[in-house]
Amino acid sequence: MIAPTGVFPTKETPREGRRAASPLLWAWGLAAVVPAAIPIGYLVWTVVRPGGFDAGGFSAERLLDLLAATTLLAVTVTIATAALGLATAWITTRTDVPGARIWSTLVTLPLVIPSYVGAMTMLAASGNNGMLSQLLGRLGLPPLPVFQGFWAVWAALSLWNFSFVHLLIVPVLRRLDPALEEASRGLGAGRWRTIRTIVVPQLRPALASSSLLVSLYVISEFGAVSMLRYETFTRAIYTQFGGRLDPTPALFLAGLLVIGALLVVLIQQWARGKAALYSNRPARSVTTVRLGRWGKLGAWGFLGGLVTFALILPMATLIWWAVRGLMLGNSPLPVLSHAARSLSVSAVAAIVIVVAAIPVSILAVRFPGKRSRALESTAWLTYSLPHLAIGLGFLVLAVRIARPIYQTLLLLVIAYLAMFLPQAMASLESGLRRIGPHLEEASRSLGIGGWTTLRRVTIPLIRRSALAGAALVFLSVMKELPATLLLRPTEFDTLAVRIWSATSELFYTQASFASLTLVAVSFVPLYLFVARDLHR
Amino acid sequence: MPVVRSFLSLLLLGAALAACDETQPSATIDSEESTTTGAPVEDLIVYSGRNENFVTPVIEAFTAATGVEVSVRYGDGTSDLAATLLNEGETTDADVFWAQDPAWIGAIGDQGLLSGLPSDILGLVPEAYQDADGRWVGVTARSRVLVYNPDLVTEDELPQSVSGLVGPEWNGRLGIAPGNASFIAFVSAMELADGPEATLAWLEGIASNGVQTYDGNGPIVDAVIAGDLDAGLVNHYYLLQRMADQGEVSALNHFLAPGDTGALVMATGVGVLAPSGNQEAANEFIRHLLSPQSQEHFATNLFEYGLIEGAPTPEGQVPLADLAGPDINLSDLADHLDTSVELIAQAGLS
Repeated sequence: MIAPTGVFPTKETPREGRRAASPLLWAWGLAAVVPAAIPIGYLVWTVVRPGGFDAGGFSAERLLDLLAATTLLAVTVTIATAALGLATAWITTRTDVPGARIWSTLVTLPLVIPSYVGAMTMLAASGNNGMLSQLLGRLGLPPLPVFQGFWAVWAALSLWNFSFVHLLIVPVLRRLDPALEEASRGLGAGRWRTIRTIVVPQLRPALASSSLLVSLYVISEFGAVSMLRYETFTRAIYTQFGGRLDPTPALFLAGLLVIGALLVVLIQQWARGKAALYSNRPARSVTTVRLGRWGKLGAWGFLGGLVTFALILPMATLIWWAVRGLMLGNSPLPVLSHAARSLSVSAVAAIVIVVAAIPVSILAVRFPGKRSRALESTAWLTYSLPHLAIGLGFLVLAVRIARPIYQTLLLLVIAYLAMFLPQAMASLESGLRRIGPHLEEASRSLGIGGWTTLRRVTIPLIRRSALAGAALVFLSVMKELPATLLLRPTEFDTLAVRIWSATSELFYTQASFASLTLVAVSFVPLYLFVARDLHR
Repeated sequence: MPVVRSFLSLLLLGAALAACDETQPSATIDSEESTTTGAPVEDLIVYSGRNENFVTPVIEAFTAATGVEVSVRYGDGTSDLAATLLNEGETTDADVFWAQDPAWIGAIGDQGLLSGLPSDILGLVPEAYQDADGRWVGVTARSRVLVYNPDLVTEDELPQSVSGLVGPEWNGRLGIAPGNASFIAFVSAMELADGPEATLAWLEGIASNGVQTYDGNGPIVDAVIAGDLDAGLVNHYYLLQRMADQGEVSALNHFLAPGDTGALVMATGVGVLAPSGNQEAANEFIRHLLSPQSQEHFATNLFEYGLIEGAPTPEGQVPLADLAGPDINLSDLADHLDTSVELIAQAGLS
């Protein structure tokens, strides 16, 4: 089926006469998912082995409380990020808001701020001694209460994650064929009905992918929840890990978390829907909604507020600390060696992970079925695990069966592969869904082999998605802490390690140098490969 | 491929930055050099549960004095390094484990991973601050205290014992860090002194008294200084570090009555790993930590108590000799880590 343009829904069932995926593709995909399967297998083993059933003093009631608190946070943050990301994506692609492209870049940038750094700046701003409270005090106003508990964590995780949704939705919105919406309106459907029946189904896969990224991340999050004092399941796992000799209870709890994550993955697969919507670049650009003067002001206010809280305030706090530190005579130069390590290991990991994600994504999108779904889900499950659990799993196994690669960069990159494969997959899969299979089918029908088609048709077509995926992985590796601490070669201290070691003893000046460097280094790939391409 | 090209350029940038920084060559290069040039002394690998900022000056002085290069592996506190060591077992590359508390290093010793220290080292430190079997020795000591904001807590409200903190007058006013190694060691000490039932009762008592749980000692002290929290159970030196940084602050350390669990004094311990092939240099490193210069550094910059004879008392603090925790042996804390964490969880505090 070849259509030159437009969107055409098809059922994702293998069509008659369709080629099966090459065994080599399967081998490549399986090899990519093996590292993700390792910690999961290890956790399952610790839970099912004799005597594994040990929750470390947590009563069933307490565990249910923690699960409920975690679920509440994951659901509310997912909803908030979806709403914020949809709104920013829609305003910057479908309206005539002035400066749309600049705004679109600006709302992407909060991704460079690790949520633990964001949480740190929230604490520094609030409370009796907070910077914002002192400003308010000059105006004769009472101090802000300390930002902590559910709402603070909800706000922090929403502010520093909604950009994922924006990133994945913008390309879809830009490629919606206006003809479909016009046809719907022409056939008498109202505006809302058109949105519900035409626009929403087309957004579903991207929205489902980004929501999965966000919700599983929230489940695994530790830094921001513990700093802002909200009790989640992952925090309980850390308490068990950090406090006692016997790792069994912590691993048992992490095993429970895997089961919870499995439910989330299943929900996502259901929410993504069966329909596959492929679209080429539409013949006409999308219709633009004209905002009136008040509409424009409102849009500016909304985007401006978001950028202020997610980007400007935390950056201002970091800069303030750094300037104070410089004036006290502290040197930021030692941070350069940390930056070099972060940069090199993140770049290597980004390349490896994107290359590994290509077959998994192709299998998931082009060859849907039980086996490819299992492959995809395995990779996703790891994303929900606390990084500490993944790190410890690799540590235990490497010491026992792969001592030569223990405490080497190779092991560290393998662990990153297990943790961040889904980020690359989310980008690649949304790219593959957009281009549709017909170009590849045309290539095959002209007698071109599978590998040549992959190399000359598929990969060039998903080049931008691959770059965007690589940039997202790069950012995550830059920010990763718990597994890096456990698995890095001795003395291979990265920027994240430096930020942690400085903040844990509240050396804010040193933390701010490292944080600003991390932000600056992260900004380059995010801007070059992600933000700038969004509106091309 | 463009992806590869773009990221390779980032990689090159990283390499260029690394080349600019010749002061901190990576650990792998170090070890290669030492084997190829046949250096007379092997590098020392130290697993440090202590913070980089506190450790670096002491290590630089050691290298300057002995010519032995030291590679330091920092962990997220002490427990993850201890877990790493327990997993590595006999295959570990580490020569020295420098822990932040007596419980975890005791656990490493109980697994047979520490070699006995020579008597000249053990003789430097009072017996109360070393392992009963001579496998680790204390470097510094820190006391548990109740830090409080004098604007929010009057002097006659201050309890003599932590048991006073379960009373209704303390409802919602106290902060603790239940996941912190020092708090866990304090709970272990209570278990040793009063038994598990009384310990669980105390934990449940403060839990139902609206205790505020924090991420660590530092955030508690900051909240107390800001007046966002009335008082908290922490180690004594956090406040002193804040005062060195910020000048006069509105918070004070209250030492609980001698003999009370809340007055527990703990050693930060160091030991030599048994599998290390570098025992002599490792012992030399420990002698360096117990040298007058290092002990002076710990007292003036970390505000912890030095342990060798004549070590200075941190400025403005009660002398170590006047502090007295519960009548327990620090070597016994290791056996109670797991049960303490379980009790804390049972009380709903983690």
